[in-house]
Amino acid sequence: MATKQTRTLARAMMAPAVLVLLIWMAVPLAMTLWFSFQNYSLINPMMTGFAGWANYAYVIGDPSFTQALVNTLLLVGGVLLITVVGGTFLALLLDQPIWGQGILRILVISPFFVMPPVAALIWKNGFMHPGYGMLGHLWKFFGLQPVDWFNQFPLFSVIVIVAWQWLPFATLILLTALQSLSEEQREASEMDGANALNRFRYIILPHMARAITIVILIQTIFLLGIFAEIRVTTGGGPGYASTNIAFLVFRTGILSNDIGAGSAGGVVAVIIANIVAIFLMRAVGKNLDA
Amino acid sequence: MARRVPIQTRIGFTALAWVIALLLFSPILWTLLTAFKTEAEAIAAPPTFLPQNFTLENFGAVQDRSDYFKHALNSIIVSFGSTLIGLAIAIPAAWSMAFAPTKRTKDILMWMLSTKMMPAVGVLIPIYLIFRDLRLLDTLHGLTIIMTLINLPIIVWMLYTYFKEIPVDILEAARMDGAELWNEIIHVLVPMAIPGIASTLLLNVILAWNEAFWTITLTSGRAGTLTAFISSFSSPQGLFLAKLSAASLLAIAPILLLGWFSQKQLVRGLTFGAVK
Repeated sequence: MATKQTRTLARAMMAPAVLVLLIWMAVPLAMTLWFSFQNYSLINPMMTGFAGWANYAYVIGDPSFTQALVNTLLLVGGVLLITVVGGTFLALLLDQPIWGQGILRILVISPFFVMPPVAALIWKNGFMHPGYGMLGHLWKFFGLQPVDWFNQFPLFSVIVIVAWQWLPFATLILLTALQSLSEEQREASEMDGANALNRFRYIILPHMARAITIVILIQTIFLLGIFAEIRVTTGGGPGYASTNIAFLVFRTGILSNDIGAGSAGGVVAVIIANIVAIFLMRAVGKNLDA
Repeated sequence: MARRVPIQTRIGFTALAWVIALLLFSPILWTLLTAFKTEAEAIAAPPTFLPQNFTLENFGAVQDRSDYFKHALNSIIVSFGSTLIGLAIAIPAAWSMAFAPTKRTKDILMWMLSTKMMPAVGVLIPIYLIFRDLRLLDTLHGLTIIMTLINLPIIVWMLYTYFKEIPVDILEAARMDGAELWNEIIHVLVPMAIPGIASTLLLNVILAWNEAFWTITLTSGRAGTLTAFISSFSSPQGLFLAKLSAASLLAIAPILLLGWFSQKQLVRGLTFGAVK
C-alpha cells in the first residue's frame, strides 16, 4: 500500500518526537546514575572523585529513607483506596436518574482542575487550620478541641488533600465507563430478576474492571511523584513525618546541595517506579489486553 | 436514557448526590466566598457564610504583593507555548503512526508512554545543574522546553487515537487524485483532525497550567508561573486568609472554566485513549 518513499517520509516525520524523547529519557538519567557514584556537593567543592556505593549506603542507611519509603506507600495506597472506592460509589450514584446531572458533574469534577499548591493551601488554611479553619469551627460547634491537623496527623492530612484532588478523576473515568454499559445488558439482567447487589457484582463490576485498572495505573504514576502538596503545607515535616521519596530527593539534592546523595535517591526513586510499573502491568495485564 | 424508577428513589438519589457534590465542591466555594470578605471577617468565629462587607480590596492587595498579572502571563506563555511546540512535533509523528503503521509502531507508542512513568525526581538534579550551567534557571524558554517534553507523550497519544478514527479511504482518494504528501496533510487531514487537535491543545494547556513540580523547582522570581505565585503564600503572615483566597481564586479561575468545557476530552486524554 505505502510506497518506499512514503515509508521513509513517515519515518522522518516520527523522528523528531522519538529523538527528543530519547534524549530526554537517556541523558539526564545517565547523568543521575553517574552523579550517584560521585562525591559531589555544591557546598564543599573540594569533595570530588569516585564514591563507589557510599551515596547509596548514606541515603538508604539513613532512617529518613525508610520513613520516606513507608510514607510513599501509605500515600499512594491511601489515596488509591479512597479514590477507587469513593469513585466507584460516586459514579454509580451519578449514573442514576437524578435531577441536575450536568451541574453535579461539574461540581464533582472541579477539584481536579485546582492546581496542587492551591488545593493544598486552601485545605491547610481554610479548612484544617485549628484557629480559623472550617473543620476547627465544626469541632468547636460540637464542643470538641480543634485538631492541629498538620502537626498531629501530617501524612493523613496530605492524603486527604491529594484524595480530594484525584477523586474527581476516578469518578469521571468510572462514570464514562459505566455509561458505555449498554441499556440492553442492564434491562436483561433486571428481567432475569437479578437483585441490585448481584447486578453490581456480576454485570457492572466486570464491565468496569478495565477502567478501574486504568485509574489505578495512571494515578499511581502521578501519586508516586506527589511534591507540591507537601512542599507548601508541611515542608516534609514535622521531622520526616510527611516526606515521601520525591520530596526526600529534593531535600537532599536541592535544599542540602548534596548532588551525589540526591542522585542516589533519584536512582532509587526510578527503580521503585519501575518495580511498581512492572508489578501493576503484570497484575492487571489481562484487563488491559481485553 | 431515563430508567423508570419510583419517584421516592429518584428524590433520595438526587438529594444524596447533591449533598456529596456540594461537600466536594465546598473548598472551592469557600475560597470564592472568602475572597470577597475582609480579613477580620474571614477568620471570624463563628464564620459568616456570605460576605457581610463585600470587598474587592484583597485582589488589589494580592496584585501589589505578588504581581498576579506577571505570573499569569508567564503561565499563559509556558502552557500555550509548550503545547504549541509539542503539537508541532507530535502531529507529524502521530500522523505517520496512524496512517503508515509499521510493526514497531505499537512498541514506540508504549515506549513513549513509559517515559511518563519515569519519576521527575529521577532527573531533577541533572536538569537543575544543566539549567544552572546554561543559564536556563528561572527563564520562560527553559521552563517551556521542560513542559514540552513532559507532555509530549500525552500529546502524541491523544493525537494518535483521534487520527486513528479518520477514515483511511479519504486519504487514498486524495492520493489517487495525485495530491502530494504535504498537500494531503494540509488540505485533507488537518480539517478532519482539527477537533482532535483542539481537544489535545485544551487538555495539555490545562495540564501544563497546573504542573507544579518543575515550575516550582526551576523558577523563582522572573519566570515564576501561577503555581510559584501561589506557593509564595505558603508561609502565613498576619491576617491573610482572605488574600490567600483571592490569590487562589485568581490562580484557578481561568483553568476551571476551560476544564468545565473539556471534561469529555479529559477522560480520553488522561487514559491515553483507553476509556472513551
